[in-house]
Amino acid sequence: MALQAIAFYLFSAIVIGAAFLVISSRNPVHSVLFLILAFFNAAGLFVLLGAEFLAMILVVVYVGAVAVLFLFVVMMLDIDFVELRQGFLQYMPMGVVIGSIVLVELIFVLGAVTVAPEISAPAAFPVPPVSEQANTAALGQILYTDYVYFFQAAGMILLVAMIGAIVLTLRTREGVRRQKISEQVGRRRAEGVELVKVRPGDGI
Amino acid sequence: MEDSAQHIATFSESLSIALPEIILAVGAMVLLILGVFRGDRSAGLIGSLSIALFIIAGFAIIQLPSERLMAFGGTFIVDSYARFLKILVLIGSSVAILMSVAFNEREKMNRFEFPILIVLAVLGMCMMLSANSLIALYMGLELQSLSLYVLAAMNRDSLRSTEAGLKYFVLGALSSGLLLYGSSLIYGFTGTTQFDVLGELLHEGDLSIGLIFGLVFLSAGLAFKISAVPFHMWTPDVYEGAPTPVTAFFAAAPKVAAMGLFVRVLITGFTGEDVTPQWQQIIITIALLSMVVGAFGAIGQTNIKRLMAYSSIGHMGYALVGLAAGSQEGVRGILIYLLIYFAMTLGMFACILSMKRRDGMVENIDELSGLSRNQPMMAFGLMVLLFSLAGIPPFAGFFAKFYVFMAAVKAELYLLAVLGVVTSVIGAFYYLRIVKIMYFDDPTESFDLPMRGEMQAVLTASGLFTGLYAVFSLPLIQLAGTAASSLFP
Repeated sequence: MALQAIAFYLFSAIVIGAAFLVISSRNPVHSVLFLILAFFNAAGLFVLLGAEFLAMILVVVYVGAVAVLFLFVVMMLDIDFVELRQGFLQYMPMGVVIGSIVLVELIFVLGAVTVAPEISAPAAFPVPPVSEQANTAALGQILYTDYVYFFQAAGMILLVAMIGAIVLTLRTREGVRRQKISEQVGRRRAEGVELVKVRPGDGI
Repeated sequence: MEDSAQHIATFSESLSIALPEIILAVGAMVLLILGVFRGDRSAGLIGSLSIALFIIAGFAIIQLPSERLMAFGGTFIVDSYARFLKILVLIGSSVAILMSVAFNEREKMNRFEFPILIVLAVLGMCMMLSANSLIALYMGLELQSLSLYVLAAMNRDSLRSTEAGLKYFVLGALSSGLLLYGSSLIYGFTGTTQFDVLGELLHEGDLSIGLIFGLVFLSAGLAFKISAVPFHMWTPDVYEGAPTPVTAFFAAAPKVAAMGLFVRVLITGFTGEDVTPQWQQIIITIALLSMVVGAFGAIGQTNIKRLMAYSSIGHMGYALVGLAAGSQEGVRGILIYLLIYFAMTLGMFACILSMKRRDGMVENIDELSGLSRNQPMMAFGLMVLLFSLAGIPPFAGFFAKFYVFMAAVKAELYLLAVLGVVTSVIGAFYYLRIVKIMYFDDPTESFDLPMRGEMQAVLTASGLFTGLYAVFSLPLIQLAGTAASSLFP
């Protein structure tokens, strides 16, 4: 128990520290690296909760794909972050007001976590204890049976995303020279070679 | 309700219940393959095939047995309410594709993805209208919205179209965030995502403040999609910037689908003595604000597409009056309202799409001056539609408003009904101003080409519907009545 508590406080402290550094560090590349650190420690928190599937997904998807994509974008686009931050002070009072309103609201909601037992009863699919079944297997059992409709719908959404990306960005450019092997092979001597009679002293 | 909810459909039964959606999904993918192989010159062919697909899906919807059907573990529902609105959406989308063909060719954006994205958006709308759980709601909504974002930015060479797409995307993503946050709170405080189970729980159960928070966020997210004030900021810019056929599509089908979804969520999921007043006050406020902003915002507009945007904000406000009543009559009023709004909007856009000169489209209202002398038929059709939009009897728009205001009066929402009448009088000003410009101002240069055949057909159909609505309204009212009663078991 004590070990778990130590691990929990360690992971949480690092997540909060890294999250703060994400928004405060001057170099955007450092920000992304701190973001990755935060993801790893959040995954550790999930493992402590017994949600090993979520932990795995967090590392694979967020660290493996999203954060690396961020790195690419940050490194490839020449964004002047100092200029982006120019309006920061100007908008800060508004942000602080909205942020504190949302904070107060959240405290209200948290204060209300006295759910009536009869209302919380019909949880659709209770999570089986980890000792009986790993939750990756438990998710797999319902994802393709009870939730097949949502699974397929998500597939359609991804299809639209793909079509959209192609429609909005793919352009057929004029004047691109591509290698056409069939044309190269099919060339005849008559097309490629021209015999010119050169008279002495004239040149071509 | 207990009996029908008990029967759990097997997987193959579920598939046959969702047949129209499956037809649309598979059809879209087949068309996509066809388009990829044949390239952009097949745009016209794919457009006609999409309309054929809508007709087949429409028949599949009519073929389904007429009782309430639940599929996929109760997350997907087909009842006469869903059927009524799905048919409406299919008709609207077919007309939108039909009207887009000539425009796309002229503006050099006849790409084969255009009709396919519309088919996918329609699939999303059908999923929204059949959603019976919060996850199904979000899936349908996102499929629809994502297709619409791409359609808005479809004209890549136009700066305004790109801006419209980006604006719509950013604000739409924000609203999805609100909606998801609300959904998670609702699930967290009740332990279910299914609307009918929620309805049973909340009918007797106590309310927690967390649930009310969830309800507020959910309503805000959905109000965004129907562009109700104060979540309307995107509408004028997106309507103005998007290519006109896309605007025509935006104004009709997605509004109907989102409104239908909004009504289903609140009526089946959150009806009870304690919970109804909670959302009723939200709906009353946004209905009131939408009517006022719709009426006053449109007055200063010079661009007819922006004017239509404000007009649609106002009309969504009137439709919400029916929802605020929260009664079966109110829902019937909304359905009739949506039907009539839909017919008028498509007719209006047939006219707007015909406002072209040799050097391109014109969108200014002043360009319509003297239209009655240059093109008397078009001016007459437009006049009928404008009178109807303003709500002048005996045109259809009057009856639409009549039913929702009656429902509001019966629910003792007198203030809402009175203010609704006042704002529709104010709104009549800017509709009648267009009539004045068409009939009494000196003619400018006329539109060079006569209206195309399909535009004439759409305008005639819509003009006849709005003009003669009073004659054949009875079967339509009955149909809307049965559809509305299926939400109140």
